[in-house]
Amino acid sequence: MSLWLFLVQYGSRYLSGSLVTASQFVLASLVTVVFAVTFGLLLLSKTYWLRAFAAAYIDFFRGSSLVVQIYWIFFVLPLLGLSLSPFIAGFLAVGLNTGAYGAEVVRGAILAVPKGQWEAAYALSMSPAKRMYRIIFPQAFLIMLPPWGNLLIDVLKGTALVSLIGLAELMFQAKQINNLTFLSAQAFGAALAIYYLLARFLITPAVRGLESRLRRKMSRT
Amino acid sequence: MELDWSWRFAWEILPDLLAGALKTLAAVGIGYSMAIVGGLILALLQRTRSRLLSAAVREFVEFIRSTPLLLQIYFVFFVGPQFGVQLSPWASGLIAIGLYRSAYLSEIYRGGLEAVPAGQWEACTALNLSGRDAYFRIIIPQALPPATAGMGNALIAIFKDTPMLSAIGVAELMHAATVVGANSYRYLEPYTLVGLIFLLLSLPAAWVIRIFERWLRSKLGMV
Repeated sequence: MSLWLFLVQYGSRYLSGSLVTASQFVLASLVTVVFAVTFGLLLLSKTYWLRAFAAAYIDFFRGSSLVVQIYWIFFVLPLLGLSLSPFIAGFLAVGLNTGAYGAEVVRGAILAVPKGQWEAAYALSMSPAKRMYRIIFPQAFLIMLPPWGNLLIDVLKGTALVSLIGLAELMFQAKQINNLTFLSAQAFGAALAIYYLLARFLITPAVRGLESRLRRKMSRT
Repeated sequence: MELDWSWRFAWEILPDLLAGALKTLAAVGIGYSMAIVGGLILALLQRTRSRLLSAAVREFVEFIRSTPLLLQIYFVFFVGPQFGVQLSPWASGLIAIGLYRSAYLSEIYRGGLEAVPAGQWEACTALNLSGRDAYFRIIIPQALPPATAGMGNALIAIFKDTPMLSAIGVAELMHAATVVGANSYRYLEPYTLVGLIFLLLSLPAAWVIRIFERWLRSKLGMV
């Protein structure tokens, strides 16, 4: 079968798989951002117990494998009374996992904001909350954007593992097409190409674009 | 709902899981050795004079880093037979993991190599050292210490990659847990124990790597 015919015949499967992957990616990214920012801030808290709680979350999710976490959330949580569909279990697991990596990035970026900015906000007698969201966080956000590009690609790659619990995303469709046709090079090659295009020509440029836009905006006085 | 945890069952399946964990560690050792060498090759290829070669290798590294490892494992495992090359699950899985982490390590080496001051290269030229001597005796020894943190992280990352091997039937830790679960219809104990084994191995490893890195830095007079 020529590559053209192959794509004509199975293109719709790749398309539907890509759409599921894209929605997993968007939802998992949201979970990642929320958990990364929350736990990154908790790591900087003055209260020992909050710091310890955040460190435990990070060690727990960074210390074991994403595959194990997906299986655990999908197969073990129902035994504890919480049944999740593959779709929900998938983006939750991926988001919780990458969020743990992101928390360290958030913490590092906040600490990288120059001391003088903290002191100036203090001198203007801003409340700690206002100081964080008006002065410190916007600057930290710019510092943390480049590593976020890599984290988002990790999120995209993480969603491929959700195929292991049976969600019909891109990876799953590639596996099915391979089982139907035995044309492994085409079946997996097409999926590799789609992931590559998404990561290299959509996610990376989007983060770079956001970064240069914010940089322009923040340097304007 | 009450927790239906059975210590007796957990104890019963532990030997199977530990046997799987040993295979996981073997996979980590082999995969990491491949990645250490492969990463160096990919890093050095990007520093050759040929613009075309280094751009091609650069794009290859980007490609490997931006596509899912599981898909790469499937690709290596299934594409071989299509062209008459039969690879065992172990061989294809380790090739895929080794290549994947080579791409990451090449970036870490590249950072280390770029951190070596240009004066060191000029001194090599002044002393008339061959390219090989310059690399292996002068440049690489200086490029390694800044790369140790990344190299340690890569070791732990490979450890966390290995459960994906279970998808093509390599009998490692995750696979052992899935087999136990399928035979007994109990998933609580096997998957929980797998998670615990992962934590018990990777957290101390991360700690040892941090201490080693600090020791190396103080030994080399870098603060």
